Amino acid sequence: MNYTIIHNNQTIDIATIPQLEYDVFFDLNSNFILDHSERHCVNYFGYKVENDIKLICCIADDDTHEIFVSSCLVNNTNDYHSFSAKLLCFEKFEREIHENFGIKYLNHPWLKPVRYAFNRFDKTKTIANYPFFSIDSEELHEVGVGPIHAGIIEPGHFRFICNGEQILHLEIQLGYQHRGIEDLFLKKKKLLQRSTLAENIAGDTTVGHTTAFANITESLCGFQKPREIEFGRTIALELERIAVHTGDLSGICTDIAYQLGSSVFGRLRTPIINFLQEWCGNRLGKGLIRPGVNQFPFTPELAKRIIEILDSFEHDFVEMNKELFKLPSALSRFERTGVVSKEDILNIGAVGMVARMNYLNRDIRVSHPNSIYSELNHEPIIKHHGDVYSRVQIRRQEVIQSIKHIRKLVENVPEISKEKVGLGKPKTNSFTISLVEGWRGEICHCAITDSNGELVIYKIKDPSFHNWLALALAVRNNEISDFPINNKSFNLSYCGHDL
Amino acid sequence: MLDNLKILYHQGKQFIPNVQTAKVPGIFRGRPIISSEKVNEVELVEICPTNAITANPLAIDLGKCTFCGECAKCFPNKIQFTTDYKLATNLRENLIVKEGDQNAIQINQDKIRNEIKNFFGNSLKLRQVCAGGDNSCEWELNAANNVQFDMGRFGIEFVASPRHADGIVITGPITENMAEPLQICYDAIPNPKIIVLASTDAISGGIFENSPAVDRSFLNKYPIDLYLPGNPVHPLTIINGLLGLTKR
Ligand code: SF4
Repeated sequence: MNYTIIHNNQTIDIATIPQLEYDVFFDLNSNFILDHSERHCVNYFGYKVENDIKLICCIADDDTHEIFVSSCLVNNTNDYHSFSAKLLCFEKFEREIHENFGIKYLNHPWLKPVRYAFNRFDKTKTIANYPFFSIDSEELHEVGVGPIHAGIIEPGHFRFICNGEQILHLEIQLGYQHRGIEDLFLKKKKLLQRSTLAENIAGDTTVGHTTAFANITESLCGFQKPREIEFGRTIALELERIAVHTGDLSGICTDIAYQLGSSVFGRLRTPIINFLQEWCGNRLGKGLIRPGVNQFPFTPELAKRIIEILDSFEHDFVEMNKELFKLPSALSRFERTGVVSKEDILNIGAVGMVARMNYLNRDIRVSHPNSIYSELNHEPIIKHHGDVYSRVQIRRQEVIQSIKHIRKLVENVPEISKEKVGLGKPKTNSFTISLVEGWRGEICHCAITDSNGELVIYKIKDPSFHNWLALALAVRNNEISDFPINNKSFNLSYCGHDL
Repeated sequence: MLDNLKILYHQGKQFIPNVQTAKVPGIFRGRPIISSEKVNEVELVEICPTNAITANPLAIDLGKCTFCGECAKCFPNKIQFTTDYKLATNLRENLIVKEGDQNAIQINQDKIRNEIKNFFGNSLKLRQVCAGGDNSCEWELNAANNVQFDMGRFGIEFVASPRHADGIVITGPITENMAEPLQICYDAIPNPKIIVLASTDAISGGIFENSPAVDRSFLNKYPIDLYLPGNPVHPLTIINGLLGLTKR
């Protein structure tokens, strides 16, 4: 077999990943995906092995719950056929490989820098002279927005090509948030430093990313997790989902100038994040999740507290939503705004909410469940219009669903064991992958260790890495005044993308 | 209409009446207190992920601390985090809490620039620039404006253009890629160009302090008017800090 099959959070000997000729590697991975909507690329990256670059490609199969891993050695003297010419979902990955290592692709449609990493191959390319697509035309005009935006948000540049009020094309340029996180994972050797880094990948997904980091570290060290740890992480992930979705509903109401909805959803987020503070001392859950320890055990008292909070939350949340969804002025802004077609969703390899807004059933909680999701009989919420309305509806329903999950979970709060088991040492020459369904969608971390058990590479992929392109496609033929609501309905991460 | 009124009624009063005396729920890691107990200081210093702890005498630099709580967990008799969220100051050295310090962290009124002191008592407009912030401090800055914390009641607002602003609130360690946009934004702000650094990453770089992707040279050029520690900074720290600076 020219690939190896692993499961989520499984550690394998790096030598067991077959190393293929590029042509074989190309055919294998593109055939995995071609005409298989249940499969997609969860990570594809390179790292230095002496003078060459080793590429690792991970394709997840949602039906069989397997991940197919294969590898290939390339260098920057040869030219390579690009996967992207055949399958658009590899577009970003190949751009990243090109940017980091100078690997040359023959027929990539769009070989532009991804994030202007400090250790990029070609330092002459700078963020100030990004090669934007432009059209010479008397009728059309360009609108540039950013990197600094009008509100309190992260930086990124949006370049629109418009025909009057209508957007024909949007190009999104990122990289302003690049802090060199992946590199710091190798340099900072203390576990607590790495946990801190994981918390900072995207602060709004603290729980999601630290869970991925903790799971990968525990798998690498062969640590057997007691149930209490899995339990806490599952609750925290669902709380994070409730909090951010609710905040997003507030933002969406702000963007359609619906003050009541904006205030009510805005204030409803507070009891949820304040609960996180009651639990772990931080409103975003920083400090809550650490590899190998149950830092803040979830006690029966906390269980009682969260039920109280959810009871009053749910009442107000449902009431506000009922009102919002019968307002013609709100619905007319949501419906048929920012549509991304089913085909496009599939082609670009969208994940999480963005996949689920148009038929695509992609949810790690079901397909590659971590923690104790397999006990929850989770059924992903799927919508069918791919518009703002679908994205808003998903949030509304996922919040209710997460509440249900938490209620069910806290019926049985696991006992906290007294005995402490050490994390142990990381295995040598190993490869591990960890997938977590954060509120935005699938988070994927990969780690490889050397013969001393030290990290050789720590690769992070936020769901936004796939989904930014969906936003660019969504706004085509929309009025430019609908951009804010489109943007908010996706709420993608800048820092999670830029790393 | 009736439905709207019903919703309004169900919300009740949400705002925090007094942002200066409000209590934060549950455990919160605010200003630490360091006791005089003898401990293995080398071990304690070694715990910290961001080198915020120094020995002889033992001190914690809140400009570097990520408030992870690990030091207090390992040495509970030595270090304790109180729920005091009034952490803001205009002097960098005030952020260093030493062994035995019990006092609240102060804003030194004499050191506030005169141009700031006398003008912004009733209205302060700020521009926010995120320069590598992880969207947690941005989230808390937004929260300071929500119906509960309601910073707007003090006339403090975030504005959409640097031209309308009295100052700038910076979050994040300042990435190399944001260094130029930050400078352009700063140049566009009229005097007195107040600079506020929000959260650990902005104050010291935090865990990103020595990252080659970060360029903090901007901060060497100008005086910093206010430090707002936290990871991320709590809305009550933000509001009390800004109120303290504009002297109310
Ligand atoms: S709480 Fe602050 S001082 Fe203590 S270990 Fe964490 S970062 Fe260091």
